Amino acid sequence: MADIEQPDKRQLVEPEIHVGPEIAVAERDVGELITGEVLAGSSLWRDAWRRLLRNKLAVFGMFVVLMLAIASVLGPAIIQRVNGYTYESIPRDATLLKSFAPFRAPDGKFSWAHPMGTDNAGRDILARVLSGGQISLMVALIATLVSLLIGISYGAVAGYTGGRVDDLMMRIVDVLYSLPYVVLVIVLLALLPAKTPTAQLAELFFALGAVSWLTMARIVRGQIISLKNQDFVLAARATGVSTPKIIFRHLVPNALGPVIVYATLTIPSVMLSEAFLSFLGLGVRPPRVSWGSLAAEGAQNLAIYPWQLIFPGVTMALMLFSLNFLGDGLRDALDPQTKKQ
Amino acid sequence: MFRFILRRIIIIIPMLFVVVSLTWVLVRLAPGNFYTGEKKLAPAIENNLREKYGLNKPWHVQYRKVLWNLARFDFGDSLKYEGQSVNQILWRTLPVSAVLGVTAYLLALIVGITMGTLAALKQNTWLDYASMTVAMLGISIPNFVLGPLLVLAFSLTLYWFPPALWNGFPSKSIVLPALTLSAIYIAYIARLTRSGMLEVLRSDYIRTARAKGLTERQVVIRHALRGGLLPVVSFSGPALAFLITGTVVVERIFALPGLGNYFINACFNRDEPLILGIVAFIAITVLVFNLLVDISYAFIDPRIRY
Repeated sequence: MADIEQPDKRQLVEPEIHVGPEIAVAERDVGELITGEVLAGSSLWRDAWRRLLRNKLAVFGMFVVLMLAIASVLGPAIIQRVNGYTYESIPRDATLLKSFAPFRAPDGKFSWAHPMGTDNAGRDILARVLSGGQISLMVALIATLVSLLIGISYGAVAGYTGGRVDDLMMRIVDVLYSLPYVVLVIVLLALLPAKTPTAQLAELFFALGAVSWLTMARIVRGQIISLKNQDFVLAARATGVSTPKIIFRHLVPNALGPVIVYATLTIPSVMLSEAFLSFLGLGVRPPRVSWGSLAAEGAQNLAIYPWQLIFPGVTMALMLFSLNFLGDGLRDALDPQTKKQ
Repeated sequence: MFRFILRRIIIIIPMLFVVVSLTWVLVRLAPGNFYTGEKKLAPAIENNLREKYGLNKPWHVQYRKVLWNLARFDFGDSLKYEGQSVNQILWRTLPVSAVLGVTAYLLALIVGITMGTLAALKQNTWLDYASMTVAMLGISIPNFVLGPLLVLAFSLTLYWFPPALWNGFPSKSIVLPALTLSAIYIAYIARLTRSGMLEVLRSDYIRTARAKGLTERQVVIRHALRGGLLPVVSFSGPALAFLITGTVVVERIFALPGLGNYFINACFNRDEPLILGIVAFIAITVLVFNLLVDISYAFIDPRIRY
């Protein structure tokens, strides 16, 4: 809408080429050559940032994501400092070993002690939800990083090399695409339960990351192919830059726009997969908690203690909701051409 | 076209082989086995059982047997459910999952396409915003949260539908599971339809259709939908994979006797023949379905040629 009327840089270059980041880099390179400093210009990133800020839903998403992330990172420590318990503290007093409703003290009166109530063992649900958020966020971020690393390297090499190698590599991706991954992941996690909770987490990162790099590889390859015949690559090659350096220093940074967008949308999908596996009892295992495993616990006590499901479930839904809005907003901001009208 | 289909059919066979072999290796590599459960068997009994299922033979003999079983699609008897063959279990549980899945997907197609088309036609009105917000909610609320919440509202509070029962289709018992399963597809399909329709509605052939005096209804239904639904068709391929994971969760929430529920139990029980049978079955389904989707492109979009 409004952002379409932006002054169009596209006219400067051949129209069929995906334009954007390389202009920014080119400007910077020239700037560095001339003055030795980075020139302040209206770069693609700055334009994108402005467009993002104009999108109210994306800003809302960004705000909620930040709030939830900060709460998850700092919250458990604060609760421990203030109230003296963590997500796994079980009360000493045997009469407290049951599930209290939100804001209820044992005598049934209003109390600030447990704003989200307690679970069957008397553990504070707020502390559990925040600690679960830590694990869920960590799994989502690291698994996305794994998929980024594999996807970018694979896609960039395939796209830059081209020819037979490219054909073969993409053929492999096609084949992997049609495999029923989830089934294999379930088998893997059910049959090879790790010895320690930490090893279990590592298994999750690996399993989830290994599943989600395929689309990333395709996106990167497409970008690299559209970039590799441009003059700045030719210039790099002419000055004797090595192939790996051309790929990772010159081509990949220019292909980052779509990659960032897709990575933002990968985070919620990985988070959902982690929760799905934890719900089935295959992901994060006790004593560790994640939003998925909390929801699984809560679902079992649904009829009597609905708050055990509602708080982790709603927190997670809110996070996914905001991440999706942020991802959509980023896509519109970084790639106005494909903006959904 | 014909050569393309033939090539795709031929490649299914090695892929199936890879999936089943990988699963078998995983089952084998995993520490422990079916008999290392809570109930310790007398060594003599365990040996007899191993003899019966051929588990005491060297690994290459067993692997050959697995491949032979795959070729005939007969994985023998389940270890856990004694006296029942894997195929019997498959044929008993499949209808449950299939009925649930198909009902949910049809529901999603109807609701999703309607929502998406309306949103595209009334772009930037409250109708558009409302349906896109609903769609975003559908994507963001995980089915294992939505399902129990629906149970809480409609079974435990309003007593409209049973919380965990299976009477097939049509019955009251399918409403909540199908709704839970279809929520995310409604959302995806609505979004895909909307963006597909928006793109198509601006294309030249729609302008031509309008210019030659067709009514808006004819333009939309006969011309725009066909092109606008292309993204929905391509979504149907990955949708099946999602649908399988979705039914696993939904069947567990509502305790339905479906394939997904049995699959998870088989994995936890290390019921080797049952795991292999279900994995092989799911793999075949997914591979064949992807093939069908690729072929159907060519019929919907005449520009695509293989």
